[in-house]
Amino acid sequence: MDLFEYQARDIFEKHGVPVLGGVVATTPEEARAGAEELGGGTVVVKAQVKTGGRGKAGGVKLAHSPEEAAEKASEILGMDIKGHTVHRVMVAQGAKIAEEFYFSVLLDRSNRNYLAMCSVEGGMEIEQLAVERPEALAKVAVDPIVGIDEAKAREIVDTANFADDLKAPVADVIRKLWTVFTAEDATLVEVNPLVRTEDGAIIALDGKVSLDDNASEVRHPDHEALEDKDSADPLEAKAKENGLNYVKLDGEVGIIGNGAGLVMSTLDVVAYAGEEHGGVKPANFLDIGGGANATVMANGLDVILNDPQVKSVFVNVFGGITACDEVAKGIVGALEILGDEATKPLVVRLDGNNVELGRAILREANHPLVTLAETMDGGAAKAAELAHL
Amino acid sequence: MSIYLNSDSKIIVQGITGGMGAKHTALMLDSGAQIVGGVNARKAGTTVSHKDHEGNDVTLPVFGTVKEAMAATGANVSVLFVPPAFTKDAAIEAVDAEMPLIVVITEGVPVQDSAEVWAYLQGKSTRMIGPNCPGIITPGESLAGITPHTITGKGPIGLVSKSGTLTYQMMYELKDLGFSTAIGIGGDPVVGTTHIDALEAFENDPETKAIVMIGEIGGDAEERAAAYIAEHVTKPVVGYVAGFTAPEGKTMGHAGAIVSGSAGTAQAKKEALEAVGVKVGKTPSETAELMRGILQSL
Repeated sequence: MDLFEYQARDIFEKHGVPVLGGVVATTPEEARAGAEELGGGTVVVKAQVKTGGRGKAGGVKLAHSPEEAAEKASEILGMDIKGHTVHRVMVAQGAKIAEEFYFSVLLDRSNRNYLAMCSVEGGMEIEQLAVERPEALAKVAVDPIVGIDEAKAREIVDTANFADDLKAPVADVIRKLWTVFTAEDATLVEVNPLVRTEDGAIIALDGKVSLDDNASEVRHPDHEALEDKDSADPLEAKAKENGLNYVKLDGEVGIIGNGAGLVMSTLDVVAYAGEEHGGVKPANFLDIGGGANATVMANGLDVILNDPQVKSVFVNVFGGITACDEVAKGIVGALEILGDEATKPLVVRLDGNNVELGRAILREANHPLVTLAETMDGGAAKAAELAHL
Repeated sequence: MSIYLNSDSKIIVQGITGGMGAKHTALMLDSGAQIVGGVNARKAGTTVSHKDHEGNDVTLPVFGTVKEAMAATGANVSVLFVPPAFTKDAAIEAVDAEMPLIVVITEGVPVQDSAEVWAYLQGKSTRMIGPNCPGIITPGESLAGITPHTITGKGPIGLVSKSGTLTYQMMYELKDLGFSTAIGIGGDPVVGTTHIDALEAFENDPETKAIVMIGEIGGDAEERAAAYIAEHVTKPVVGYVAGFTAPEGKTMGHAGAIVSGSAGTAQAKKEALEAVGVKVGKTPSETAELMRGILQSL
């Protein structure tokens, strides 16, 4: 899960990272109140969207009074930044910036450890810096067991060539950001810019944090409150409530399968089949996981059939541990539960464990909406054809 | 021959008394694998009862620690069915006991835990497969994990895949030919055994004549594997990559399966593999046909 800047700011503050005052607002009135709460002086009104480049898009504006903060907020709220609608702004205390730096620590998949990146040239897009002036970006590997201790923090600021008088205070902030990374189970903590103010303070002025969903599930019950429920697709929200692994896409063929890899593959195979049938595309990703029973199937079908774009459904299950007869019972049970609500054709391909029993159950039920397919490719073609009718 | 696992492998199950542990202990026994015991600190000294593949009763001892289990049984493989919150400690316990191979089936392990375990086993004698994986099967010999042993038997194909169900699908498509070993390395961002590790092992395994490599979006493991194949693999390799239609920034089930920017797309992976002479199928069926063609021409 990626956090909004204001959420990152709050988490930074919780772990002792120096930040400026910031108040989140969803209306101009709240922005005015926020600016007053921050002392009534100069503030920055910043669009809260989970994408970069908001400054260029006009999503960050200076305001010199609470009234102006409200004005700027009304300009920014509702803006579209790279396809993200702005629902919130953060009203942040203004700062007199002397210098801008960059720091991040992230999971390095390729090396199976963490990577700290740091530069005395902050502010710009880091991808750009990495390409244009790679020598200005210090990259320091971090051992997951040792972490960023005093020596590692020192190595980072040395490698990044900080001025001597800045090394100790910056290293101190870096260690606090490392605390954020481990204590919250992040996969990314990025501060751009990390600034030195005119009065010499080191402050995290903007923050980007990505949290590990597995860890949030296992040991951070408080992370649930950080979820952006407002912007979630309603079908995705409904699926999540039912514990389904569902992602809404833009297409006509609803997909249900078991196992993330097989479902991803099913989407691809349906997209290829769609090329022959008017360009229909997969409507979603839905992995029912192992041991699908009637309830899981019904919940899954319910979500998919409620997607008005869906014209046909392809159920593609390879029974490994999952028994195909259970899946077949699930489908029949689901159609019974849904009754008249089920109106779209289903193509079902079953293979593997107890496949003959499974197919027999579906043949016997002889539901008018269900077509049996012998192969994955054949099922995909049939579902694409039905979606194009 | 085979890789990592054979009929001599003696397997213990960490979490043998739990629901998943019990169910898959039974299935592993049914495959003919030598399951010699299990570990659960709170149930040390008890036993669990199952049937072997010939239908005979077997009674398996439950030990308090991995070390005790190894001393008593000579186990050299441990399969972990431990809840995600406790997986790190269970894995580290097995590493400390110098277990040669640990297979972590558990899904949902925090990635910082996996990174820590990986760092911990550097320079030690343990190989880790997983987490979040179906495990490893050497058909007709042994099974350490949850791959169904009934799909197919022994044969000349080595298979390495991030995905469980795609592994099953591919084994099913090529069931008439059979497999030397099929290994599911898991779909998490940090895994103990990579495509490259498996490719190296298959290259050195005389029984393996050709290799199927199944990848999916996210990370650069497939691109790195392609570079490795160009340098080190002489056996024919057929590839498949899932996730062409996955949108950027969305997680598709596997924690590792997320496309960020241009890196990690299915197209980039396919191109990297094709650039080094790997034939890449558009669908699992087409991939299986490519493999069939290669084996017929050998």
